[in-house]
Amino acid sequence: MAAVTDQMAPGAHVARKTPKGTFDIVFRNASFLSALFVLVLLAGIMLSMVIGGWPAFREMGLGFLTSSVWDTQNDQYGALPAIVGTLSTALIALVIGVPLSLGIAVYLTQLAPPWFKQPVSTAIELLAAVPSIIYGMWGLFVFVPLWAAYVQVPLSNIIEGMPIIGTVLYSRSPSGLGILTAGIILAFMIIPFIASIVRDMLDQIPSVLRESAYGIGATTWEVVRHVLVPQAGVSIIGAVMLGLGRALGETMAVTFVVGNANRLSASIMDPGSTIASRIANEFNEALGLQLNALIALGCILFFVTFVVLVIARILVARVKAF
Amino acid sequence: MSLTTPSTVRPLPQVTWGRVRQSRRTADRIMKVTAAGFTFLAIFVLFWILGMLVVKGLGGLSAATFTQITPGPGSEGGGLANAIVGSMVLTFLGIAVATPIGVLAGTYLAEYGKGSKLADLIRFINDILLSAPSILIGLFVYVIMVEPLGGYSGWAGGVALGIIAIPVIVRTTEDMLRLVPGPLREAGSALGAPPSVVITSITWRAAKSGMVTGILLALARIAGETAPLIFTALNNNFWFSPNLLGGVSNLPVTIYQFASAPYENWQQLAWAGSLIITVSILVLSIIARRIVRGGK
Repeated sequence: MAAVTDQMAPGAHVARKTPKGTFDIVFRNASFLSALFVLVLLAGIMLSMVIGGWPAFREMGLGFLTSSVWDTQNDQYGALPAIVGTLSTALIALVIGVPLSLGIAVYLTQLAPPWFKQPVSTAIELLAAVPSIIYGMWGLFVFVPLWAAYVQVPLSNIIEGMPIIGTVLYSRSPSGLGILTAGIILAFMIIPFIASIVRDMLDQIPSVLRESAYGIGATTWEVVRHVLVPQAGVSIIGAVMLGLGRALGETMAVTFVVGNANRLSASIMDPGSTIASRIANEFNEALGLQLNALIALGCILFFVTFVVLVIARILVARVKAF
Repeated sequence: MSLTTPSTVRPLPQVTWGRVRQSRRTADRIMKVTAAGFTFLAIFVLFWILGMLVVKGLGGLSAATFTQITPGPGSEGGGLANAIVGSMVLTFLGIAVATPIGVLAGTYLAEYGKGSKLADLIRFINDILLSAPSILIGLFVYVIMVEPLGGYSGWAGGVALGIIAIPVIVRTTEDMLRLVPGPLREAGSALGAPPSVVITSITWRAAKSGMVTGILLALARIAGETAPLIFTALNNNFWFSPNLLGGVSNLPVTIYQFASAPYENWQQLAWAGSLIITVSILVLSIIARRIVRGGK
């Protein structure tokens, strides 16, 4: 009996194995290739930016990074105003958005009554689901008129002639559009990303730590300041970098409200442009070297966001392990 | 001892303690009020945006919005029918591109690539692609598809949206497969099923609702994307041709072009389109969230 099954089994196995075996190999290879495709995508994006932008880099040399001329008539292109605009809008977004996000994360994890936590969390996350272009519409048609009438005009009247503030915050043409407006809109767009990562980090911290701090008489503020923030420290920086990555590449909302002017201004109330807004604005009409210059701008944006995101992911991942 | 110590010690700390306590309490209260205030500010902005869309969008909504095509410059009336259908076609094209690749790649990371250096690298790169600016993906597809093929097309738009959706699907698929308990797989293997069969008929089935959620989230993510479409599908004011060559009308780019145009009916359509797109996306994300919470 045993001998019979021993003889039967190998034959039956081989006969059945062939079709299943091929499916197994095909499936394994298909999933491996799909995973590799992710790498190919990133490499492809990098290569296409470098190759597409190469004529502009070659033509302008290092001047592409330092020149602020953008002259389509004479084919002279410089990226400086767009780079400065990108960095300053993103920086403003962080200055406004990070304290807001941290406050929200603390409220959600420490202060909100339990029944209130879920709906508020969902509302904050829905802020991230609102498409970029809708933020642009809100910014241009709702926020910009209010900003011009109630902030730019009165503020300019007060600070005119003052040293430093009189330059940095003075708006020559109070249209409501400008670098600062774009930064404010961006701040609300990055809040949900930073807030939800920090919230998850704070939730992960063992509650023993918190309880023992409360046990020795610490107030909620002291628990947050001296226990939770040091514990989550590095990952908070990671979350902020992730928000920065978002803010650097955000396109539609910024294009609506930044003013799209190619100039370097000392005032953050003045219109400017970012790399992304410049590309979105001019791409469909661009020909020849202008097109290459726009892709070269994209190349710069790629490398800046890539570095920021790599640092962000390393910092966030390090803490997730604990 | 234990009785006498408190009574002798008590008066001293009370003096200093009481003085410190006031400032500590103030700091605590300021922090609590600030944190709550920030939260309500963010929620206020969300409802402000939604309120604006309802107020301005409902005025522009009518039956014609869904039955007529986008009007040309200066012509009366019109609707968004071609843009709505175009957006659906592009979005589903994107999901059709992204789902097989994303699900298989996520499966590789969760099932085959455990502990391998390459899988770690792919996971890391995928996380970076997840937050990469969508405008770069639009430029990428322009360089590899639109320029060589000689024109804007719906196919390029679908591919661009697909590339944006892939990292979302990879990430959620992997996360969901990791939640499936190991003994389930071992039971399948013990019955003699090869890995592919264990994955397709046991692991995938166990993680199904989570994987569907990932696809829904990807759908919500790409449905409102504008920037990548400007370089790929562009837009037009007519019914697009069924072969999807030439510009394919779509909601986001229509909103972009109509919003600041000088024609009043264009602006109204932009608001109506914004309302339609935002409501669809919010509903999709809420459904996805419900599935996740129901599954847990």
